[in-house]
Amino acid sequence: MKSFWALLHRDVTLAIREGGAIGTALGFFLVVVSLMPLGLGPDLNLLSRIAAGILWIALLLAALLSLNRIFEADHEDGTLDVLATGPLPLELVTAAKSLAHWVTTGIPLAIMAPVLGILLNLDLAAYPILVATTLVGTPAVSFLGAIGAALTMKTRRGGLLLALIVLPLYVPTLIFGISAVSAGAGPTGLAASFLILAAISLVTIVLGPLAAAAALKVHLQ
Amino acid sequence: MQTLTQRLANPTRFMELSARLLPWISAAAAVLLAYGLYLAFFASPADYQQGETVRIMYIHVPCAWLAMMVYALIALSSFGLLVFRHPLADVSAKAAAPLGAAFTFLALLTGSLWGKPMWGTYWVWDARLTSVLILFFLYLGLIALRSALEDESAASKLTAILALVGVTILPIIKFSVDWWNTLHQPSTDFTSTVDPSMRLPLLVMAVAFTLLFFAMHLKAMRNEILRRRVKALRTQAVAGRDRLAAQGAE
Repeated sequence: MKSFWALLHRDVTLAIREGGAIGTALGFFLVVVSLMPLGLGPDLNLLSRIAAGILWIALLLAALLSLNRIFEADHEDGTLDVLATGPLPLELVTAAKSLAHWVTTGIPLAIMAPVLGILLNLDLAAYPILVATTLVGTPAVSFLGAIGAALTMKTRRGGLLLALIVLPLYVPTLIFGISAVSAGAGPTGLAASFLILAAISLVTIVLGPLAAAAALKVHLQ
Repeated sequence: MQTLTQRLANPTRFMELSARLLPWISAAAAVLLAYGLYLAFFASPADYQQGETVRIMYIHVPCAWLAMMVYALIALSSFGLLVFRHPLADVSAKAAAPLGAAFTFLALLTGSLWGKPMWGTYWVWDARLTSVLILFFLYLGLIALRSALEDESAASKLTAILALVGVTILPIIKFSVDWWNTLHQPSTDFTSTVDPSMRLPLLVMAVAFTLLFFAMHLKAMRNEILRRRVKALRTQAVAGRDRLAAQGAE
């Protein structure tokens, strides 16, 4: 367990000290969200109705951009080979790396989402729900994304392929994330969507590292 | 005592067996398809509500059924490859993916053509349609991932992992019409709610399409095995030529 935390600590520190990584994702998030009113027209009623959808989609795209770095950098400089032969099971390595991606990308994006909600005239009552759903939903984004990142690690045109593979897998997260925020369904509907979102995240936290490790093993043979 | 799957692990034996089976399956598919199309277009009544458009059902339902069955077959083959390292499993998964994508596309297309007169729109974002669309994207992802990797053995294993990750979509498609209130009708109890005059054509078409798929799947598998043999022979020939050249140089 000690090496798990050490790896997590290393990846988070790297992401922070490298700079760029977190800032770029947040900047992309900001730009995509602010492009929306320019494309859809500045009608505040319309924007407030679709704000949750825009925020979630922009969040997924911003997270997608940083996915391929989960394993690529470590693969290029050989760290991944060392980790694979080390004492820590590869499943825990992928779990630590996915968790680090969530800490350095998922949490900042989730915190940024309500700030951007102001640009879209999001209903004030929806703010706490938005923060809660994005925080609960983004682990699924990171752990599913890690599967895609591991599968496409050595491919040509890796980035585009990663999007094609991962975005369909994000659909359930997106659907329940949005249906929780746009709570036209009332408190029971909200609770149901929220619980299903949490369930999706929990399942991916368990199964994601297994699938990602299986893919890495094929690559490292 | 070997089981059938174990005996089929020998590609030569598979080629012999499939060569004997393929004409029969193809012929059965052709005959049933002709009979089913005759029943569907001439011998079955128009629906009292939907009129002639109900005949789209005889194409749409078999395609939709195959879209799911083929993915299940791919997932099963992927499991066979990853767990048992069965040599034919990868050939089967590779050959089935484009076929499955084609049937899924046909199901979406015929469904949308049927939706226009019935629902007044080509497309609605209801749960059944959306989940089948995701299934179509999954097929595309499988094909794209395989074509993006040069090392064939790595490509087949990675594609198999992706296929197993994606298998969660199957129950969602199956039960989407029961879980959510959707425009797409819930699954019918085949024996009681479909009128007998339409039950027979639908059944014949479903069997015909399934046989058609297996005929194409077997043929594609045979092509894939032959392609691999040609590739192996080429590599051997090149290696032999290099050796001769090296000897000549001495």
